[in-house]
Amino acid sequence: MSIWIRVILYLVAAPVVGCLLSGWDRRITARMQARQGPPILQPFYDVQKLWRKENIVVRQSQNIYIFFFLLLVIFTGALFFAGSDLLLVIFALTLAAIFFVLGAYKASSPYSFIGAERELIQIMAYEPMVLLTAIGMYIATKSFSVDDIATHPTLLVLVLPGVFLGFLYTLEIKFRKSPFDLSCSHHAHQELVRGITTEFSGRTLAMIEIAHWFETVFLLGWVYLFFASVPVLGVVVSLMVFVFVILVDNVFARLKWQTAIRSAWLVTIVLGFGNILILSLLKHFH
Amino acid sequence: MTLILSLILVPLVAGLGLLCLKTDGLRRILAAAVTLAVCVGVIALAAWPAAPDLRGALESHWIDWGILALEVVMSVYIIYVGLRAKSPLIVLLALVQMVVMAWFELTPRAHPMETRNLFVDNLAVIMALINGLVGGGICIYALGYMREYHEVAHPEVKDRRPLFFSLLFVFMGAMFGLIFANNLTWLFLFWEITTLCSFLLIGYTQTDEALRNARRALVMNLAGGLAFALAIVWCYQRIQSIELQALIGSKQSLVLLPAALLCFAGITKSAQLPFSSWLLGAMVAPTPVSALLHSSTMVKAGVYLVLRMAPAITGTKVGMMVAMVGGVTFVIGSLAAITTSEAKRVLAWSTIANLGLIVLCGGIGTYEAMWAGVLLIIFHAVSKCLLFLCVGAVEHKLHSRNIEDMSGLILRMPRVAVMMLIGMAGMFLAPFGMLISKWAVLKAVVDAEPMLSVFIVFGSSATLFFWVKWMGKLLEVVIPAEPEQQEFAPSEGVALYSLAAATFLTCLLFPLISSRLVEPYVMEVYHKTASLSPGNIIIMMIMMALVMLFPLSFIRYGRGVRVVDAYLGGANVNRSVSFLGSANAVEDVTMHNYYLRGLLSESWLSRWGVAGSAVFLAIMVGVAFL
Repeated sequence: MSIWIRVILYLVAAPVVGCLLSGWDRRITARMQARQGPPILQPFYDVQKLWRKENIVVRQSQNIYIFFFLLLVIFTGALFFAGSDLLLVIFALTLAAIFFVLGAYKASSPYSFIGAERELIQIMAYEPMVLLTAIGMYIATKSFSVDDIATHPTLLVLVLPGVFLGFLYTLEIKFRKSPFDLSCSHHAHQELVRGITTEFSGRTLAMIEIAHWFETVFLLGWVYLFFASVPVLGVVVSLMVFVFVILVDNVFARLKWQTAIRSAWLVTIVLGFGNILILSLLKHFH
Repeated sequence: MTLILSLILVPLVAGLGLLCLKTDGLRRILAAAVTLAVCVGVIALAAWPAAPDLRGALESHWIDWGILALEVVMSVYIIYVGLRAKSPLIVLLALVQMVVMAWFELTPRAHPMETRNLFVDNLAVIMALINGLVGGGICIYALGYMREYHEVAHPEVKDRRPLFFSLLFVFMGAMFGLIFANNLTWLFLFWEITTLCSFLLIGYTQTDEALRNARRALVMNLAGGLAFALAIVWCYQRIQSIELQALIGSKQSLVLLPAALLCFAGITKSAQLPFSSWLLGAMVAPTPVSALLHSSTMVKAGVYLVLRMAPAITGTKVGMMVAMVGGVTFVIGSLAAITTSEAKRVLAWSTIANLGLIVLCGGIGTYEAMWAGVLLIIFHAVSKCLLFLCVGAVEHKLHSRNIEDMSGLILRMPRVAVMMLIGMAGMFLAPFGMLISKWAVLKAVVDAEPMLSVFIVFGSSATLFFWVKWMGKLLEVVIPAEPEQQEFAPSEGVALYSLAAATFLTCLLFPLISSRLVEPYVMEVYHKTASLSPGNIIIMMIMMALVMLFPLSFIRYGRGVRVVDAYLGGANVNRSVSFLGSANAVEDVTMHNYYLRGLLSESWLSRWGVAGSAVFLAIMVGVAFL
């Protein structure tokens, strides 16, 4: 499939799939809590309604940052599905995340400020493992290109089991799900209020939601890469990972940020770096 | 040839001239003229590269004697400083160094040698461009800054501006000498001049703290100087030559010891752990000095030497240890920068960390690492210089260099704040230069030694934390402030605007810089080179275009939105500034950044960083001796 077709397919399909996944997320969560839950399309109705609301801000430029956040998240996903360099994809993702954080700083309310600081801590917690994942894939396939990694004949998860587990751990942080919903609580009655998104409303809040749809699809796409040599397995595992993340969200209470960063770094060193260490030692002996 | 000599001599002579000029007006004219001449000179050098072979040129016993005499004079002065400060260590280091050099120069040579004293290659051209353009910018900035420094901000400090500007230009001239020298004794002379200049500049204000820190810088750099002197002796003994090019071209096993000693010298000068404390102490000096030490001269001389040694140590245990020192420094420096709120200290730690990355590249020493290392030098110089100069401008208006006090700077000093944001983005964000270089480093490291990548992944995520929270502090506004009447003096403006433009330009011209300057150099040394693939360059350019759209989108500023007060958890009393707290008390809103001091402590980090890197350094020297 040519690059452009893939990119266009991604641009059309990702929001739909992301929206559906988000709907299932709420439904599954509700069932786990013995509730009925909203219809699957509820996230879409929410966004539709938010889009028509008045735009209320604290600082006049705060929404511009969020627009660029959305733009760059879409760009990141497009890079990924176009099959380009994995490191470049990570850098684009980081740039997107930073626009989000800067928007929250700009909003200048105490709650969005705390959210921004904590979001930065979360980025600092997951970034090393995300980079190590790319490095692990490079060692296994001799290429950083998503295309080459996806078409590599070996089942990567067998070579990179530690990296895979580490990546799962950081995925929890990236999704801002409990126990790592430090920066952005989903329940606005808590001490954080709504954290990083406190001062965003209307269309801008809808953009954050849409960015989340794109991000979900892209991150599950990355999970797929570990199983890319057996496509069916890849899709099944990606969906299982998604359900697993929801399960964890419902089972655990929020951790302190100190615990979050310490544990994430420990996991990165033991599972991620340990895996890479063993791989490169094996290479030395061969 | 004439061009190279004049690049070295014009700033040196101008420096001596400035020492005698007491009036500000004449000083401004002379300084501006010399800076302009130097800038034209380095651009000419880059545009029409000189023939690299300068054999036979400048060979005269008189010059050799002159150099020895200058070295002895400097050593005697340093010994005098040491005696006055009652510091036996300074005296001892300077004395041993002087004796070694005098003994080496005065013993009749068993093998008569023909030495090419000067040399130009692409790396030298790159360094000259940085020294000339960035260093020149700092000199211009200093004209406005120092006037305000003495007349408004610090009237208590004795006005010794003639000495100050004289030292700036001598420093610049010495740096040119260091870059173009091929004869190691010449290189050593210029090396020592930069050590002495930095000592005098750090101690400029003559306060107890300044003098103490200046002496610390002197001791550490003298230790490096001693290693340098020993390296010259060993180099001659091993290969009967004291040419830099000969040293690099010789068989690795033969020159490993002198190369290791030169790396040691480079590591002291580039303030790597365990020697980083001198650079942290150096921030007591006026801001242009910090900018000079951190971006275009001094520390860049250190990494320049390490990169020069890279072919001689690549693949050896010495190289591995150098890389470890760099790696440890990168992680420790980045983490330490999180814990401090003082702007200059954050910048200092960040410099130390980024130089660590360059040293890491030098230690790995493959062609990919070399490409990445040279790119890092270029991009770091521009962005870091811009940041220091911005902090200097802010300090004069806010009378503080605490990042917490910079809250709302975007309203109070919009121009400086925007330039600071550009500088910071240049330091760590895609698609700016430093990030491209870090990417290159990561690739080089994974190809050569995947284990070392652990330093980079942790270090760079810490980097992100402290830069973004600083950016956030500039953007966030609690109490809207009126803009300052005049944010900076005209000469400061010239430097700030051109450096901010340079941050963008170096990034846009990146493919050109890489293919015209960096790749030919790597090709020369390794016969193969790394580069960024065209596809990735296009993606970077798209990202650049997206980022450029961001300022444009401020046309939409304030349109279609309704401004309300922030949610404060209690009833807002005065807009978003204060609110009703418990028991109806009116509380002010305060927001402070996280410094993670419960998780990381600066002293703990430095202690362990010093211990760890000292072990690696000891192993490095030990391995080289065996």
